[in-house]
Amino acid sequence: MNLRINGENVHIPETITTVTMLVEHFKLKSPFVIVEHNHQIIERDLHAATRIADGDVIELVQFVGGG
Amino acid sequence: MLNIGGKTFKSRLLLGTGKFPDIQTQKAAVEISESEILTFAVRRMNIHETKEPHFLEELNLDKMSLLPNTAGAKTAEEAVRIARLARASGLCDMIKVEIIGCDKTLLPDPVETLKATEALVKEGFIVLPYTSDDVVQAKRLEEAGAHAVMPGGSPIGTGLGIVNPLNLRYIIEQANVPIIVDSGIGSPADAALAMELGSDAVLLNTAVSEAKDPVKMAEAMKLAVQAGRLGYEAGRMPKRNTASASSPVKGLSV
Repeated sequence: MNLRINGENVHIPETITTVTMLVEHFKLKSPFVIVEHNHQIIERDLHAATRIADGDVIELVQFVGGG
Repeated sequence: MLNIGGKTFKSRLLLGTGKFPDIQTQKAAVEISESEILTFAVRRMNIHETKEPHFLEELNLDKMSLLPNTAGAKTAEEAVRIARLARASGLCDMIKVEIIGCDKTLLPDPVETLKATEALVKEGFIVLPYTSDDVVQAKRLEEAGAHAVMPGGSPIGTGLGIVNPLNLRYIIEQANVPIIVDSGIGSPADAALAMELGSDAVLLNTAVSEAKDPVKMAEAMKLAVQAGRLGYEAGRMPKRNTASASSPVKGLSV
């Protein structure tokens, strides 16, 4: 399926169906990933229950160094 | 003790985490600074390159409070979104409101900062807005429910120190919440002055991360903040324009 992730068109396998699986797919360091799904912020404990579908818009952000 | 929104801290030095030469230097600087509050920015992840170590992995998060900022926001609405994203990390409930209103000076937008502060206080955040050294704006932010107010000493990243100590003194004298001097600190002398003026704490980043030896400078800043605080509590002597001998004037043997 095709997703829009961080402003970029990305193709991922159809077997990935939840936010948690998406985070694992990209091997992101999950304790630090913050997810926005179709402009809605997803609390950490809802990542596993949040289903993704073709055409979804997803933001994956984290803390970086800053003042 | 520094008290912000019901949380207490031994250290009065808040450290930014930007622009360090490498993670090990950053970690050593954070440790020696004894800072308990670290600032961060919120940015998109690089989904194609995830092998880089993450600085948060190096920290003992039980001992640290994270203070994410809303840097990059130009409006209250954008700042509120970044704050909500930061809180969804599950790692923190404090937020530094930073809404730049002028790209040249990086000075904050007072109207948007006030709006964002009001909104985020309502949402239950512990809110620390970055503001110019404007006495009235500091009051307004406090009235809006800010848990601390963070006036700049001089523009971000300049290292010019405290360019208007009088304004800062007025802000401190009138405040009922902690005042944290944020931005512009360049040297330990600047940090000590901020504390001697009565600031409750100092937030700095570039002064340490761009020092030739960031770890040594982090230690210097820790000591400067402690010295400045002690000096403030001790109460300095008055300044006067006439000399006054330190030694007795009676009993001279000449």
